[in-house]
Amino acid sequence: MNVKALIFLLLPSVVSAQGFAGLGTATEDFATPQRPAAFSFPADHGPHPDYRIEWWYLTANLQADDGTDYGLQWTLFRTALAVGEGDGWTSPQLWMGHAAVTTPDAHYVTERLARGGIGQAGVTAAPFEAWIDDWQLAGPNFDDLRMTASGPDFSYDMELTAQGPLIFHGEDGYSVKSAEGQASYYYSQPFYAIEGILNLPNGEVAVTGQAWLDREWSSQPLSENQTGWDWFSLSLEEGKLMGFRLRQTDDTYYTAATWIAPNGETTAYPDGAFTAEPTNTTSVNGRDVPTGWSVQLGDRGVDVDVYAINPQAWMTTSIPYWEGPVVIEGSHQGRGYLEMTGYE
Amino acid sequence: MTKAGLLALLSHWRRNPMQLFTLVVGLSLATALWSGVQAVNAEARASYDAAAETLGEGQFAQITSADGAIAQSDYVALRRAGWLVSPVAEGRLQGIRLVGLDALTAPNGLGPVDFTDGALTVETLLGGVLFGTQATLDRLVDVDITKIVSGDVAPNVILTDVGTAQRLLRMDGELTRFIVAPNQPVTQIPLDQVVPNLTLRPPQGGSDVARLTDSFHLNLTAFGLLSFAVGIFIVHGAIGLAFEQRRPVIRTLRALGFPLRRLVGLIAAELLVLSLVAGAIGVGLGYVVAAALLPDVAATLSGLYGASVSGNLQLRPEWWLSGLAIAVGGTALAAAASLWRLAKMPLLASARPRAWAMQAGQGRKAQGVLAVGLLVAAALLGVFGSGLAAGFGMLAALLIGAALALPLLLDRVLAFGASRARSVMAEWFWADTRQQLPGLSLALMALLLAMAANVGVSTMVSSFRLTFTGFLDQRLASELYIYADDAAQASQLQDYLKPRVEKVLPIQSISQDIRGLPSEIYGPTPHATYRDNWVFLQDAPNAWTRIENGEGAAINEQLARRAGLAIGDQITLAGERFDVLGIYGDYGNPIGQVIVTEAVFEALFPDIRALRFGVRMDPENVTALTIELREMFDLSEANMVNQAGIKAFSLDVFDRTFTVTGALNVLTLAVAGFAILMSLLTLATMRLPQLAPVWSQGLTRARLGRIEILRAVMLALLTTILALPLGLGLAWTLLAVVNVEAFGWRLPMFLFPLDYARLAVFAVGAAILAALWPARKLARTRPSDLLKVFSNER
Repeated sequence: MNVKALIFLLLPSVVSAQGFAGLGTATEDFATPQRPAAFSFPADHGPHPDYRIEWWYLTANLQADDGTDYGLQWTLFRTALAVGEGDGWTSPQLWMGHAAVTTPDAHYVTERLARGGIGQAGVTAAPFEAWIDDWQLAGPNFDDLRMTASGPDFSYDMELTAQGPLIFHGEDGYSVKSAEGQASYYYSQPFYAIEGILNLPNGEVAVTGQAWLDREWSSQPLSENQTGWDWFSLSLEEGKLMGFRLRQTDDTYYTAATWIAPNGETTAYPDGAFTAEPTNTTSVNGRDVPTGWSVQLGDRGVDVDVYAINPQAWMTTSIPYWEGPVVIEGSHQGRGYLEMTGYE
Repeated sequence: MTKAGLLALLSHWRRNPMQLFTLVVGLSLATALWSGVQAVNAEARASYDAAAETLGEGQFAQITSADGAIAQSDYVALRRAGWLVSPVAEGRLQGIRLVGLDALTAPNGLGPVDFTDGALTVETLLGGVLFGTQATLDRLVDVDITKIVSGDVAPNVILTDVGTAQRLLRMDGELTRFIVAPNQPVTQIPLDQVVPNLTLRPPQGGSDVARLTDSFHLNLTAFGLLSFAVGIFIVHGAIGLAFEQRRPVIRTLRALGFPLRRLVGLIAAELLVLSLVAGAIGVGLGYVVAAALLPDVAATLSGLYGASVSGNLQLRPEWWLSGLAIAVGGTALAAAASLWRLAKMPLLASARPRAWAMQAGQGRKAQGVLAVGLLVAAALLGVFGSGLAAGFGMLAALLIGAALALPLLLDRVLAFGASRARSVMAEWFWADTRQQLPGLSLALMALLLAMAANVGVSTMVSSFRLTFTGFLDQRLASELYIYADDAAQASQLQDYLKPRVEKVLPIQSISQDIRGLPSEIYGPTPHATYRDNWVFLQDAPNAWTRIENGEGAAINEQLARRAGLAIGDQITLAGERFDVLGIYGDYGNPIGQVIVTEAVFEALFPDIRALRFGVRMDPENVTALTIELREMFDLSEANMVNQAGIKAFSLDVFDRTFTVTGALNVLTLAVAGFAILMSLLTLATMRLPQLAPVWSQGLTRARLGRIEILRAVMLALLTTILALPLGLGLAWTLLAVVNVEAFGWRLPMFLFPLDYARLAVFAVGAAILAALWPARKLARTRPSDLLKVFSNER
């Protein structure tokens, strides 16, 4: 498929738009997140077609019996060309699935695309099921899920069990993304225990580990002067840290972070409290991408170095980005995931 | 010094403008024919490519159903089983092929429609946008959907979103076929567990349409190549003459100290410029030829094969570049020998004017050996060779061998004539003709090839016409064909028709793979219509009776050849085995076909109902019945096909084919005639020393002129007679070797003596026309010029 075509298709405004993949484009008819955020479950696990973009974004740090680190991604994106749902092929909802498995020396990626309205892809809240083609993330409820995906060179089949509560970022799930006030609804389930089988070109690998599911929707999460983001989810012994840094055209940053205690209690940190600075870059797919970071959250005494397990974890999808597992060293130890977008 | 040398060389053209003219015209004509034919081919091919790209035909595997309809739920079921397939909804809308694709899942998106040109908007998916050429979109009326002109979509095709296509074609929840992406995931549920009713077909590596129309292109390309060969003979002659006549100038320049290397460089540069100019003119002329031919070619192809070709000619860089390249390359080829000789020429060689003309006479033995070798090679390839390459190799060896053998054969004929001569006059005539032969042989070879090409191609096209009309009689035996919209209407129609016509013949068919080859199975009602009209190429005794008794099946030639089936072999249909009792010709059909009798078909495939009917009736009542049916059953024109109409259309298509071949015939002959003219003109100026003694002994100039014409006619006639077997050999190779290798069916060859006679008349006419001017020139030669010959003698 013509990749250029796809970008046009998925995000019609990308040419003129500022920001990564058109996420900084103003929207007219779409709904925008309002504070205070009020969620209703299980309904809010399902799609919100009045908002332009939405995702079910799962990343996992896994280990095989021999101690080898693996990373895993399963993502379903929803993009609306127009507000609301339609019948059959006239549905304005488009779906995009990304799946990846990262090993220390390989990165397997695949992508699926689907139109809404015909049953090829979608999400139902209860019982929970998110699917595109043969991929699915489904179970009797949000705490107990089975997850599958397959591509030309890999597949996986995983069981997820939540061991803690949902947590809400920003102001009870209203996550501000810029000084101008752009925001999204944003909650996570960072406490999944995960186990299953990776089917890779060299054979099957049984793995166990920790998974983190992000749910986010909005219509224009980025400001027009923001060009991309660097997003961290770090699992440390003392708790979990979600932090992101939005890069702005004037070389300044907008940051936000959430500290998650083991019991699920959260503390949200405003712009500036969380910092992340590249310490090392790698040439990936013809561009320089930071794959070593110095990350700090002074309030929690966090001062760590973050390294990519495989610096070449480039997502060669219609909209390319970097996504892969990381190792954390310094004041705290652990594993985590890093996502970087907008590195053109 | 260079400038002086160049001026001295160029002064030759100033003094002999006629020679410059022939050189440029010869080269231009050769290039024009070549590039004209290439233009037509390139245009037609570009149209198919657009079609293939549009529809993903050939290059991707497909999933299809027996009846051409697939439920949309099967699409979702397949995707959810891990099959990366893309839906296609297609059909005819106001006679235009409407193809609906899903841009998100199609392996090559919306084919030729380029999203980056701003054509793609939200509208494309939701509101529906139709992409097509201007001409196609203009034909679509009363469709209130945004139309976007896209020059790359195939003619007579409209591309749109699958949902829009469903809506316009009123096929809610229904799809036509699936395109299978080349890269499938590692885990999938097997196809027969998901959609047992659907069949996976492997990619074909080239679309059916392209394979069929290649047959036509093959002819055109062969024509173009032969025409160019003919043209190159002219160029060779003109360049050789220019060298010969400039010998004194060159000798003088060399004697004055002009370096040889620079001289050769100057001449090469001069030829390069000339060939570029002539090539450009040729490409321009080629464009004219192509523009004149294209509408007929387009109509021919669409009529014969249903392949749409845009009637508009675009200046495609590939063919005008190839035209220029071939002009320069041809000149280089023709000039190489002359330049070589120039480089080897002794400094003070005498300017022997006949040397060049006689040059061709040398090495006659080598030429003979080569000719015989090539002809033997052609025969061996014909007998033992297999494959398309062998077919073409045979063609090339045959043509070149024959051309090389021509002067030798003519020489033997002339020697025989001389031995029978009774009078002095006759003896001189034969001897003089023989003596002239080397100078004329290139032009005569050109004529031979032109004639052979004409005989070969017209035999092929005419054979095709005869075969095809016979085939139409066989296939369209019924007077009227009716297509019902659904099973209910079909049964009502049958009930209505039965008392009113002689016989209603339901036509039922199903698509199935036979021995791994996609095929269609038909179950016709037993009726004299089939017995009388279907001619078997091979059959077992009492074939029709046994087929009607359900004892076996008939298959088409394509299936027989591809699956290696012969009479008495068995095929399996729906699990039951049947003997092959007959093999029939099925021209132009890319896939296999099987016929069993109606009762057997119904037992094998009880779910298939006939929606099509052939109606046997008095042809005079057809029109009245169609009017009746239209009112009674609300049937459209498209649902009723009058056999007479189809036949008339098919014959019209052939007439257009003839227009194309006819035009090319005339053009190649014209080029060959021009070659003869140039050779004669060239020889005329050189032959004065030979003619002057004859004149001085009392033969008048007018008589000498008449003898010149007679000589031309005789040589042309001899060449024509020799061209006939060569042309038939060419036709046989095309029909029985190349066609079988390329398309899997053999065309029977028919002979058309009247056509050949007409061609011979044309050839002789061309020779007379060509000889007329030199003869007239000779008749008007001033006696003083003839006398000068003697004064120059030393």
